[in-house]
Amino acid sequence: MNLLTLSDVTVRAGGSLILDRISLSIDPGEIVTIVGPNGSGKTTLMRTILGAMPVSGGTITTRPGLTIGYVPQKLPLDGSLPLTVARFLALPHRHSPKKIAGALKLAGLPDIGDRQLSALSGGQMQRALLARALLSEPDLLILDEPTTGLDQQGEAGFYRRIEMVRDKRGCAVLMVSHDLHVVMAASDRVICLNGHVCCHGTPASVASAPEYRALFGHGTGGALALYRHDHDHEHHGHSHSHD
Amino acid sequence: MIDGFLMRAGLGGLGLVLATAPLGCFVIWRRMAYFGDALSHAAILGVALALAVQAPIMAGVLVVALLFGLAVLRLMRAGDSADTSLGVLSHGALATGLVAVALLPNVRVDMEALLLGDILTVRWSDLVLIWGGGALVAGVLRWRWDRLLTASLGPDLARASGIDPDRESVILTVLLALTVALALKIVGALLVSALLILPAATARHLSRSPETMAIMALALGAAAVLGGLGLSYGLDTPAGPSIITVATALFALARVSRKAA
Repeated sequence: MNLLTLSDVTVRAGGSLILDRISLSIDPGEIVTIVGPNGSGKTTLMRTILGAMPVSGGTITTRPGLTIGYVPQKLPLDGSLPLTVARFLALPHRHSPKKIAGALKLAGLPDIGDRQLSALSGGQMQRALLARALLSEPDLLILDEPTTGLDQQGEAGFYRRIEMVRDKRGCAVLMVSHDLHVVMAASDRVICLNGHVCCHGTPASVASAPEYRALFGHGTGGALALYRHDHDHEHHGHSHSHD
Repeated sequence: MIDGFLMRAGLGGLGLVLATAPLGCFVIWRRMAYFGDALSHAAILGVALALAVQAPIMAGVLVVALLFGLAVLRLMRAGDSADTSLGVLSHGALATGLVAVALLPNVRVDMEALLLGDILTVRWSDLVLIWGGGALVAGVLRWRWDRLLTASLGPDLARASGIDPDRESVILTVLLALTVALALKIVGALLVSALLILPAATARHLSRSPETMAIMALALGAAAVLGGLGLSYGLDTPAGPSIITVATALFALARVSRKAA
């Protein structure tokens, strides 16, 4: 059975149509990436799945007992809240030290439990967020543009880690990205969003779809071509991890 | 006899700090300082209403602050700019309240006591309410601590953990309204949010976890109340502002010593 099925989900906000009859489903263990330009409704779609947006049409069906682990793009933390990594991982539920150590290891974070969250680097913060999401033993891991602020190496490393997490835990992954080229390697399926689902399929088939090219190719054609070129080569060789 | 009213004042202040110190931490973490301000200003309108219908003042303040807070919460959820709408509502409520109090026939109200508090006239019956209310606020915060903390980290993060962040916001708003009602007599409408923010902001400089921050805020709030009353007694200065003055001095001290460290 699907973990999650959206059929004809429509979301309006402030009178305007944000999501137009979105249908998609996620199977156990698969990695699905949602790409789309700014304002295409990626974040709204993710928040709708989390239950944060009222749906004005269509239905969302989840498998009974579905546990979701959520990795936000960032925490709106300013310096006003003192919080160690260990305390953060224990919100809202406490876990055994053994379980926490396991999650930290899987997320690729060394033993920095007593470090303040606000003192972490961007990459460490992402892995701390990932470790916290893993502690709920999710069936579905939802990540919102998780590599924003990481450099290309860090991004590639993070995606390899997500793939490893999926292999070890068997959880499905739903990832929102504004960037196709790095995501593609790890994704089983890519859904290209622009208010509606404009195309979907394997990474390669989406990349060559005219709808995708119309969205991403326009205006950024040069940069995109360069990226793709990079990606073709990086796919095989590079495997050094990055901190 | 001097001891009697001073003791009641001290006890009243400490009972209030029981609510304001931990609640103030959430006000800071969630950047609700202006929200607290607006609620306490709306309290004046509650006073006018209570006087008009001859209800207990604390009840009038509680009802108006509660309605006001929930209305603002609704506006903010609907996407209105919090900053501007709070600014409008806050001063609107304060001014309307003051005008309404002045318009009431046959009622003479001590404006200064409303705005700055009158802690030295706290009675034993007030103390029961203040300590009961303070313990209630602290108890609810303790009960929902992890949920409130998670919701303060981000609404979507909370939702994914099975927590309804909107419900936690409502709970905080209710607690804030209750605290404002309790605080009116102690520090007055203008200084309620100072007692929320100052101890918590000072505690921030001395803590590494949210829990120690709340406990430090309690200690600092208590020190401000007792120190402020001492100052007020020694120099014959108004009690409410004296308490806040000491709290401000403690903040400056913590700030400077942290820089030096």
